[in-house]
Amino acid sequence: MATPGGAPAPAGDNLRRLTDLYRMMVRIRTFEETALEAYKLGEIPGPLHVSFGQEAIPAGVCASLRQDDRLTSNHRGHGHALAKGADAATMYLELYGRDGGYCRGKGGSMHIADFSVGMLGANGVVAGGLAIAVGAAQGLKLLKSDAIAVCMFGDGATNRGPFLEALNWAAIYTLPVLFVCEDNGVAAHTETRTVTAGDGPAARANAIGVPAVTIDGNDAVTVDETVARLVADVRAGRGPRMIHAMTDRWSGHTATDAAAWRDPKKVEAAKTRCPIARLKSVLIERGLAPAVLEEIGTAARNEMHAGRAAANAAPWPSVPSAYDDVQSVGAVSGGR
Amino acid sequence: MSANPTSDITLVDAGRLAVLQEMRRDPTVWVLGEDVGRGGLWGQYRGLLDEFGPERIVSTPISESTIMGAGLGAALVGTRPIIEMRMFDFVMCAMDELVNQIAKVRYMFGGQAKPAVVVRMPHGMWRNSAAQHSQMLEAWFAHLPGVVVVCPSNAEDEAGLLVSAIRSDDPVLFFDPKDLWTAPGQITDGEIAPIPFGKARHARKGDALTIVTWSAVTPNVLTAADQLARDGINVDVFDLRTIWPWDQDAVAASLARTKRLLVVHEAVEVGGFGAEIIATMIDRLGPAAIKVAKRLGAPRIPVPFAPPLENEVRITRLSAPCPGDSATSPRGHRGAAQGNE
Repeated sequence: MATPGGAPAPAGDNLRRLTDLYRMMVRIRTFEETALEAYKLGEIPGPLHVSFGQEAIPAGVCASLRQDDRLTSNHRGHGHALAKGADAATMYLELYGRDGGYCRGKGGSMHIADFSVGMLGANGVVAGGLAIAVGAAQGLKLLKSDAIAVCMFGDGATNRGPFLEALNWAAIYTLPVLFVCEDNGVAAHTETRTVTAGDGPAARANAIGVPAVTIDGNDAVTVDETVARLVADVRAGRGPRMIHAMTDRWSGHTATDAAAWRDPKKVEAAKTRCPIARLKSVLIERGLAPAVLEEIGTAARNEMHAGRAAANAAPWPSVPSAYDDVQSVGAVSGGR
Repeated sequence: MSANPTSDITLVDAGRLAVLQEMRRDPTVWVLGEDVGRGGLWGQYRGLLDEFGPERIVSTPISESTIMGAGLGAALVGTRPIIEMRMFDFVMCAMDELVNQIAKVRYMFGGQAKPAVVVRMPHGMWRNSAAQHSQMLEAWFAHLPGVVVVCPSNAEDEAGLLVSAIRSDDPVLFFDPKDLWTAPGQITDGEIAPIPFGKARHARKGDALTIVTWSAVTPNVLTAADQLARDGINVDVFDLRTIWPWDQDAVAASLARTKRLLVVHEAVEVGGFGAEIIATMIDRLGPAAIKVAKRLGAPRIPVPFAPPLENEVRITRLSAPCPGDSATSPRGHRGAAQGNE
């Protein structure tokens, strides 16, 4: 969805833009539904973190980004990668650990990266992307680029030290960074509010000197409009900004976590706040033909099923490739 | 050796000249770390702010995680940061960024990332700085795939290895030897030539024994070797310069001749890189080709403060060889290097 080069279309009630947002959200949901189904059948190894309920945020954030803007992600990053412009089929190859995947089978779900579209990588360490994002912004500034860095992280990350360090850093050097806190209310297996003092992420950011705004992250239109405004500020050199987007995570922490520890009433309530259903009703209200909405769903299913099938049939990486890309000097060779 | 004229210089200034040369050569090279705008804690960036300005000599808050992680992020968009850690011991505050991020991104992302960073970490004992400001843990990082580990011992190598580090596309962990910052040395005049990684300096030549060492203890090893030479015992001494990669060929060729190996490092002996060197040589040459192989390192205690206690850790004093063991090694403080031929 990242616009390659040039200025993005203005945010607002532009029907085409809202339809594009909807399409991206449906693609993210369908990508993960398909991946989860494959995971349960044992087709996909390793940890898998899905983001059902959070799709409006990556779609809304990336709608205002250019391809040369950089984005750092976290362990729950499929949506971030897709919205930044990564290819679903290549992502499936990586989830399956197959030849031709984004990371040549070295990363898996938790480490999807596509540098060609500015996606600097998902991250297996909570808050791991914050310092990298501010450094990317600092490097871009040094290179006199007007590209910006966007950092996606969860509410859990705001209890780690790098949150303080990176926001302070971005503020003192007036760096072009947009911080996006996806607050789904749960940090791994713990309700974040039970382990967090004070008034939360936006208050912390404001106290550090990074202007922050709390929004309904399940409303794609609000996300889109807020991001468009803040990206303009950041790109104009006014310094870092933070969006605190309230959302819901319907699932457990990982695909193997049945989330029995969660209050089922809260999960059911979260599902009534589905961002996709919500945008769908907006689109219908604005006169989009139901056939178009149906076609978007069908196209997403076809895309994801084809990607899954191709990945499932793809060969494993060659074993000697395990020795590739460690380092240039001092690399050990394979075949022992 | 070069026939070019040389100038007297300290190790810290040799490193500074290397940074200066590379920053003039490549506008994407920059420095970030605490107090670097004031020249750095050790003067290793003295004067550079005036020439390059605060965009390229970036004084940072005391935020080690972000100094390290921001360096990585800036490398991922195509710049070449020199990440200054002030003292090695403070890298503990940035271990996620170094171990989980910098050392992993190239591999984990299938070769898409180029983490071309230099991490400078002045290490070792210096003026009774005690347990949190004196450590030598370079062996940890030789154990870490994805990085180059550089441990210079003199001004010329500091400069040449730093030039290589800045030009390298690999993450380079550069352990400046604090105790040698002001040691007098020489540097070849003119442009500082890069010294390749993995090529040891053959510092002394002889057939009696092969000694392998690196970093701040090296001058003491050379003093010992010179003392032995006056007694008619000539030893081969290799200053490894880099412990990953390390010059296995040079050490193996020497050891095949001398059949006696001593590894000397300031780091704790237990689990140190000396053990790796000896094991590698046994693998390469076979146990029958080696008469004796010993390590000389620090005892497994934190570095203490009081001078007599710190001296217990430091490898300095020389003593006479053991009776009946005339051709083994310079003696450590603990009499640890018992020949067993």
